[in-house]
Amino acid sequence: MNAPTPAAALSPYSSSNGKVSIETHTLSVLVDNEPGVLARVVGLFSGRGYNIESLTVAEVAHGQQLSRITIVTTGTPETIEQISHQLERIVPVHRVTDLTLLGGTVERELAMVKVKGKGENRMEAMRLADAFRARVIDASLESFIFELTGAPKKIDDFVELMRPIGLVEVSRTGVAAITRGPGAM
Amino acid sequence: MSKMMTGAEMVVQALQDQGVTTLFGYPGGAVLPIYDALFHQKKVQHVLVRHEQGAAHAAEGYARSSGKVGCLLVTSGPGATNAVTGLTDALLDSIPIVCITGQVPTHLIGSDAFQEADTVGITRHCTKHNYLVRKIEDLPRILHEAFYIARSGRPGPVVIDIPKDVQFATGLYAPPKNSQHKTYQPQIKGDLAKIKQAIEMMAAAKKPIFYTGGGVINAGPLASTLLRELVAQTGFPVTSTLMGLGAYPASGKNWLGMLGMHGSYEANNAMHDCDLMICVGARFDDRITGRLDAFAPNSKKIHIDIDPSSINKNVQVDLAIVGDCAHVLDDMVRLWRAEGHTPDKKAHEIWWAQIDKWRARKSFGYKKSDQVIKPQYAIERLYELTKNRKTYITTEVGQHQMWAAQHYHFEEPNRWMTSGGLGTMGYGLPAAIGTQLAHPDALVVDIAGEASILMNIQELSTALQFRCPVKIFILNNEYMGMVRQWQELLHGGRYSSSYSEALPDFVKLAEAYGLKGIRCSDPAKLDDAIMEMIDCPTAVVFDCVVDKLENCLPMIPSGKAHNEMILPDADADMGSVIDEKGKMLV
Repeated sequence: MNAPTPAAALSPYSSSNGKVSIETHTLSVLVDNEPGVLARVVGLFSGRGYNIESLTVAEVAHGQQLSRITIVTTGTPETIEQISHQLERIVPVHRVTDLTLLGGTVERELAMVKVKGKGENRMEAMRLADAFRARVIDASLESFIFELTGAPKKIDDFVELMRPIGLVEVSRTGVAAITRGPGAM
Repeated sequence: MSKMMTGAEMVVQALQDQGVTTLFGYPGGAVLPIYDALFHQKKVQHVLVRHEQGAAHAAEGYARSSGKVGCLLVTSGPGATNAVTGLTDALLDSIPIVCITGQVPTHLIGSDAFQEADTVGITRHCTKHNYLVRKIEDLPRILHEAFYIARSGRPGPVVIDIPKDVQFATGLYAPPKNSQHKTYQPQIKGDLAKIKQAIEMMAAAKKPIFYTGGGVINAGPLASTLLRELVAQTGFPVTSTLMGLGAYPASGKNWLGMLGMHGSYEANNAMHDCDLMICVGARFDDRITGRLDAFAPNSKKIHIDIDPSSINKNVQVDLAIVGDCAHVLDDMVRLWRAEGHTPDKKAHEIWWAQIDKWRARKSFGYKKSDQVIKPQYAIERLYELTKNRKTYITTEVGQHQMWAAQHYHFEEPNRWMTSGGLGTMGYGLPAAIGTQLAHPDALVVDIAGEASILMNIQELSTALQFRCPVKIFILNNEYMGMVRQWQELLHGGRYSSSYSEALPDFVKLAEAYGLKGIRCSDPAKLDDAIMEMIDCPTAVVFDCVVDKLENCLPMIPSGKAHNEMILPDADADMGSVIDEKGKMLV
């Protein structure tokens, strides 16, 4: 009479079949740039227990008052599909596109990395920055601030390399993303 | 027809233009200009509630029983926060209401002014959409947009927060236009290719079942008519959620009764064993599915819903059709007929024979008594004595609500108003008042529990003032019965705080409010007492003293599957049926 219980002890109200594959997706959300719209989007994630890895937002069409929000999120494919649908329910949302599902996308992030050091460390920092095509945007006798643009992985790598040399702090913008080719979201 | 007027006048004009005739509300400092504008006109009747939560539930009852948008007006701060439970209730049950809240003047926003609350912040999660009106120029558009959003697609509550200075400001008012909203355009028509596929799956099914929900009610009476037609054509059995009762008539021969936690044995077993489930306007809520990994394990599932986010949320389905139930059912009826499908007669005979075996268990049965009124008996008698009238039923939340769903039988949509998703005690009385105002000539009965009714008892004054002859039928067992039942099931019968000590004398209470009170504790006198209640021209509080320890059965214990119901005649020790994992659930 009882259906077989899955091996993994899941909640009886969970629909998961025990095979959990967590994926990272980048969602692009076109919204009306009106007060509270970001709170609606962020509140949806906190209210329903979804993850936000990174979030960027800026107005992209001044005349039409449109902003583009780029969200990097993680979850099972079902959860991510649900997130898209939930976002579409928000009234000022025009369009939600799962860029990861579309395939060819370009993702970029900008970081400012402050490094402190003297002597050989200072030289090493400059050499590495050169290799990563980071620009120096501020310098003092014992510090640099590098500006670096790239995919998140490249920035992670750069930050890790700076750590032993004298990393002070990092400020990152979060990911902006766009599809390749002539099409739009 | 554009005209210069103040913000407050715009509100009243927009209500009139949107066809609002009844407005529930409670005045306060931040909405005085709107109340002044109401004073100068007669088209919109203002119904003064006694608590803002009552206004929200009354608007819900009005909306659900009439198919129109319900409307309420409350002041800033506590007025708005008191309405929050009603707004959340409307969100979970997809009821179209528009709530206008006053706000402190724009220059005081953020200063912790008197009766200031961040209303749009607080209500963001419990509304379909909300607005803070900062400029008078935006007000006419927002007022009309709010009604459009509340009633379109999957209906829901919308809040318009209007600062007092905007109410006083003067601007140009324009009447509503039938223009489409720039971003909110729900899909109404279903994808025909998918509907065709659904029809083919239905034609091939050997053990099919329709599982219908509140979406059929929300789609309007036509959707119910079409559902009946499709059921008649296919001969499939049909069950419904709590919210969908009445879409298919309880007297229909394909009716299996409600499904879910307190649903019928035949409905739940048919759901478990079916090979094709056609879900129409329901959302696979946890009260319905029970344990998900054992939910209809051998079935294909078709899901028709206007909200894409309902699809694959709790249960993965094989075919999803996004669209309004009425439109999709219309296409289904047409295609089924056009393609000349005939159901698999032989397989269906076997399927119905199996269903009849489950039916024979008579899972809504109970032990009769001539000493004490059994709560199920009280509902049965209420049903028998009111079924030939135009009767609307509202409920509070708890055992009485489930007994009402099991033993009161609905033939029409929009006759049953209950708090399903949120489970709000205190819903029934204000909802009954709202229902009565939408249907002045109808008999409106709030089936209540003695605990729930006390949560919004103050609305008896509203019933008196606006001459609403609502009948409050209290199944009084002196316990929060459902809490007590769960304590028996889960906590060794330790009835922590679930006994209602110091209950008021409900008859005297009714009299204190200027209404009629009736008490009955004798099964032999019940019919006469119910008739006395029905015949009374005013509101009545009926204190029906029932068996104190009756449990609401049958029941799918939390964490169990559809085919693991506790039946009323089972001898199982109630304290041992739920395992450790089930105890974690609600």
